[in-house]
Amino acid sequence: MKEGYVNIGKRLPRIDGIVKATGEAKFAGDLFLAGMLHGKILRSPYPHAWVLHINTDKAKRLSGVRAVVTGGDTVGFKAGGISAAGDEPYLALDKVRFIGDSVAAVAAIDEETAEEALDLIEVEYEELPAVVDPVAAMNEDAPLIHDHAPRNISFKTDLSYGDVDSAFKECDYVREDRFETAPIRHGFIEPHAALASWDHSGRLSFWGSKQSPYFTYRNMSKALNVPLSRIRVVQPYIGGGFGGKNEMFNVDFCAALLSQKTGRPVKIVVSQEEVLYAYRQRHPTIIDLKTGLRKDGTLQAVEAHIIADGGAYLSIGALSLYLMCAFFCIPYRLPNMRAKGYRVYTNTQPSCAMRGHGVPQSRFAAEVQLDIAAKEMGLDPIDIRLKNALKPGETTPNGFKITSCGLEESITESKRIIARWIEEKPKDGDKKKKSGIGIGCYGYVSGPRMAGHNTAGAVIKVHEDGGISLFTGSTDVGQGSDTILSQIAAEVLGVRLEDIRYGMVDSEITPLDPGTFGSRVTFITGNAVRIAAEDVRNQLSEVAAKALEANPKDIVFKDRKVYVAGSPDRSMPFSKLVKIAQYSGTGKTIIGRGYWAPEGLEVPNFETGRGNMSAAYSFGTQVAEVEVDTDTGMIKVTRMAMVHDCGQPINEMLMEGQLEGSAIGGVGHTLTEEIIRKEGQTMNASFLEYRMPTTLDACKMEIYHTETRDDLGPFGAKESGEGVQVAVVPAIVNGIYDAMGVPFKRIPVTQEMVLGALKGKVKKEV
Amino acid sequence: MKKQIKLKVNGVDYDVLIKPHWTLLDVLRDEIGLMGTKKGCDKGECGACTVIMNGEAVLSCLLLAIQCQGKDILTIEGLSQNGKLDPLQDAFVKYGAIQCGFCTPGMIMASRALLNKTPHPSEEEIKRGLSGNLCRCTGYVKIIAAVQKASTTEGRR
Repeated sequence: MKEGYVNIGKRLPRIDGIVKATGEAKFAGDLFLAGMLHGKILRSPYPHAWVLHINTDKAKRLSGVRAVVTGGDTVGFKAGGISAAGDEPYLALDKVRFIGDSVAAVAAIDEETAEEALDLIEVEYEELPAVVDPVAAMNEDAPLIHDHAPRNISFKTDLSYGDVDSAFKECDYVREDRFETAPIRHGFIEPHAALASWDHSGRLSFWGSKQSPYFTYRNMSKALNVPLSRIRVVQPYIGGGFGGKNEMFNVDFCAALLSQKTGRPVKIVVSQEEVLYAYRQRHPTIIDLKTGLRKDGTLQAVEAHIIADGGAYLSIGALSLYLMCAFFCIPYRLPNMRAKGYRVYTNTQPSCAMRGHGVPQSRFAAEVQLDIAAKEMGLDPIDIRLKNALKPGETTPNGFKITSCGLEESITESKRIIARWIEEKPKDGDKKKKSGIGIGCYGYVSGPRMAGHNTAGAVIKVHEDGGISLFTGSTDVGQGSDTILSQIAAEVLGVRLEDIRYGMVDSEITPLDPGTFGSRVTFITGNAVRIAAEDVRNQLSEVAAKALEANPKDIVFKDRKVYVAGSPDRSMPFSKLVKIAQYSGTGKTIIGRGYWAPEGLEVPNFETGRGNMSAAYSFGTQVAEVEVDTDTGMIKVTRMAMVHDCGQPINEMLMEGQLEGSAIGGVGHTLTEEIIRKEGQTMNASFLEYRMPTTLDACKMEIYHTETRDDLGPFGAKESGEGVQVAVVPAIVNGIYDAMGVPFKRIPVTQEMVLGALKGKVKKEV
Repeated sequence: MKKQIKLKVNGVDYDVLIKPHWTLLDVLRDEIGLMGTKKGCDKGECGACTVIMNGEAVLSCLLLAIQCQGKDILTIEGLSQNGKLDPLQDAFVKYGAIQCGFCTPGMIMASRALLNKTPHPSEEEIKRGLSGNLCRCTGYVKIIAAVQKASTTEGRR
């Protein structure tokens, strides 16, 4: 069957490539409406303060200003996480909780006037003691950031499976380490942008850079106190998200509220500096980890204690914490596991989901500790992984059901790659440079089951020239899902990719969708598209059967034609068939409908963690070769390989792009990226000082995938590109360990840390 | 307070009314309506606003529009000729060098300036030439490959 595909598995250019290459693709900040005003947001200069009084009179009197709004102009809605009460107002109601918290917003005839007006808003604050360190925030006497959260704990979880205490007693080897990860940012280049237009019939139209537009659709209705059916959310092209554009933000709300106040369209584009200090980040963590093994390398028990700095608000942090803890159960067989996690409020930027969502932090700790253990026990780090790798058909102690799984194959292949790299290594290299190779493994979800709406839908409309319009509620944030979904539709209908026109999200027309997160789009929306296309095919088969005097079941759709199975000469062009359907008799409107969600999944209880949250898990092994300059402490990742199990790739070129981007992002996470803050003030809110990888950090990459096929995935596909970031960090850190003999337990591994270790300032462990 | 200036963009002369402190980027986008040039950081740190001025890749957010009078300015919109994509645009599409597309116009303009000066750059030269253009999606691997491919096909144009 695999060989017979025309669209699936092919290296096809993405369908939005040309408009992006010509600059014609419009992003939210590129949009204009007649009479449009420009908005700006006033932000708190204090990490923690009461807002006693706001005087907007002077600002309102400035020529060109049309409206100024504050928390007092809102209904007081607070955005919140999944199954938790909200805690985050879009404009401060009584307090500000971090530097950058939104206090007021202005709409004016141009950006300059709006900016000037911000300076005229007088805010009287009463400063409160701030707490910016998560450990200090958990002290009984620490200042409370939210009244409802004693010791500033915004969420806690305690997962326990098996008998951890007895298991440790029976282990031949046990070790404990503390690992730390720094706050990092999503790093999309397009800043948050929103355009809202309210009209007097009570309808709001909204265009914004939202990776999950239906979050905004629902929250906008609540925050404006307007019925949901009066909210229309439209998606322009989106300039990257990586988890940082899921939620509705103050920029979205303020644009809408200001439009409501002024009766004019309002656009707000925040500056990159604001993105960097006033929006989201990846949770920084402190992870105390204990691992126990038998002397043959069999994993027996893991115990973890995690403190995750959640920043000022909950966001979707409950899920983040759950994932951090639950994913100790994957990708290795682990009979006994206990993970206690605390997500703590601090007076800093809120933390949320970011590529790999919570798992990169805990997997970094687990994979590095595993290498330390292997070295101390005299075992091969690859063999130890192979020994413990989950296999198809296994169920993890927390209830993850492993169906398709190519982990063993990926580790075995990685072993061959490493052997080849060692062979290829020049024998008389630069003595001042030490090189090493490290690996890391991962397992990841293909769409997590969450509480609430979880299904994807697809609608396909067929045009009389044989062209096809495909609508889903899922967004392409750059990952290429518009193309992937179109390939699926084209394959089912026997047409070509260029015959499909993909309609981006418009809540008025497209089916409801949870959003683009948790690697759910290809797997879940992909199945909805497949079903919608099959629906179209069935409708057209009836028509074709009549016209070709055959049984509907025998109609084949291929090469933009339909024909009778076994008699290829009894055929007609696809476009002619559509015309016959639409023009004959009463005429048939050919519209296909599909909806899908995996059945039998359990909504995981975030506090106890039990439940199979995904219908498929992807796996993989990441290999990294690093070079440490002993003079400068500079680390360079010289090449990487990834062997991964994503089922049947729908588009290998796009899949490679996902993996490469994820891997280089991981290089930044491991070596250079860190938000530096002093008393809650971000010190590096610019791309110059916050160092993301550039072309100079790109390295050679070898990409392989295992021969797996997922029975539930569309054409056998599952997650690709998100999970791999989980394994990149430990692969690099383990590579450094191999090169220098020092296992670093904090990321990023900076030059200073390397030099310190080389000079023996840091005790050389192991 | 506004001043009338002449700008030559993509071969067309524009008379625009500007304030003296407006950047070329803002004038291109808001006054002339060429939205292909992107505003990523507005500080010269991300490269998304790269355009070509008198053959050099420049950051339009760091130039005042008033400085650009009498210069030949080329933006992403002026790159395709007679409805045919520039070989770089073509290679970016064909070889998967585009994901979200926000950095793409700047990346292509920086690549264009590079190839104009160095028609057959080495991998190292491409990396150096594009090191001022940030991309979070691709990991740069396919961007570098696309520039290489374009440089080998261009002679046959």
